Amino acid sequence: MSGLPPVPGTEHQTITIESNDDVVRARQLVRGLAQRCKLSLVDQTKLVTAASELARNTLVYGGGGVMRLGLVQRDGRTGVTAVFEDSGPGIPDIDQAMTDGWTSGGGLGLGLSGARRLVDDFTLETEVGSGTQIAVTKWAR
Amino acid sequence: MTERVPVLKIGDVLLVSIQVDLEDQIVLDLQEDLASRIVESGARGVVIDITAVEIVDSFVGRMLATTAAISRMLDAETVVVGMRPAVAITLVELGLSLGGVRTALTLEKGLNLLARPGNDRPAQR
Ligand SMILES: Nc1ncnc2c1ncn2[C@@H]1O[C@H](COP(=O)(O)OP(=O)(O)OP(=O)(O)O)[C@@H](O)[C@H]1O
Ligand SMILES: [Mg+2]
Repeated sequence: MSGLPPVPGTEHQTITIESNDDVVRARQLVRGLAQRCKLSLVDQTKLVTAASELARNTLVYGGGGVMRLGLVQRDGRTGVTAVFEDSGPGIPDIDQAMTDGWTSGGGLGLGLSGARRLVDDFTLETEVGSGTQIAVTKWAR
Repeated sequence: MTERVPVLKIGDVLLVSIQVDLEDQIVLDLQEDLASRIVESGARGVVIDITAVEIVDSFVGRMLATTAAISRMLDAETVVVGMRPAVAITLVELGLSLGGVRTALTLEKGLNLLARPGNDRPAQR
């Protein structure tokens, strides 16, 4: 890595999400990158909050996993992307899981649906029995 | 996990000032600590200062709502003070409006709110 210039889009970090402390660390890493990407304070807060929700889901429902974090570029704009991946049970009914207030545990059922509202791009891929991958991006204005 | 958020007693008010990025277990411990401290001390009010808190997600939001409800049952009123504008915007967009939680912009205003007689219960739950 040392020979590479700091070009946005080529930087990636991966951390494992296996404990509550890792959820805190995920938030801090996302905030750090969002600041460097010069997201507004409100956008930083939205992205970090979405990341917190998704990291917790990865831990609680996915049985742990990883977060990959990086800067991305499109049409001359820079953004921050965070991808949460686990090899857990998957989500059988995506529409239901994305509904405000629906929870299979004791939550408020706001994590997924809320995270989608808080970011610019949201993609969810899941397969029952093999896992879930959720990617979120917030673009600098 | 031995780390705990300190709960201070000032007059008949318990004051909690959240200074670190909270891990979920610490949030749950705080909720329990507050419930027992209210009963032990007979406090009539709880002030949770979140001035230093950079994000409130659904987990912490739920803790604030639950703490407000628990303390109400134990005859104490909770006021959350110091919420940052970006946090408020994000919470509403997340879908958590914290309807049953009293808020004040500053610690001073929060303490005043608790001191005001006859006005110590929010309109809704
Ligand atoms: N990574 C995942 N793997 C498997 N199931 C998941 C995953 N993420 C979410 N789910 C399912 O989707 C449901 C909704 O998730 P969401 O985050 O919206 O709510 P919650 O976690 O139950 O509550 P909250 O996040 O509001 O505390 C969960 O209850 C769970 O059943
Ligand atoms: Mg969740």
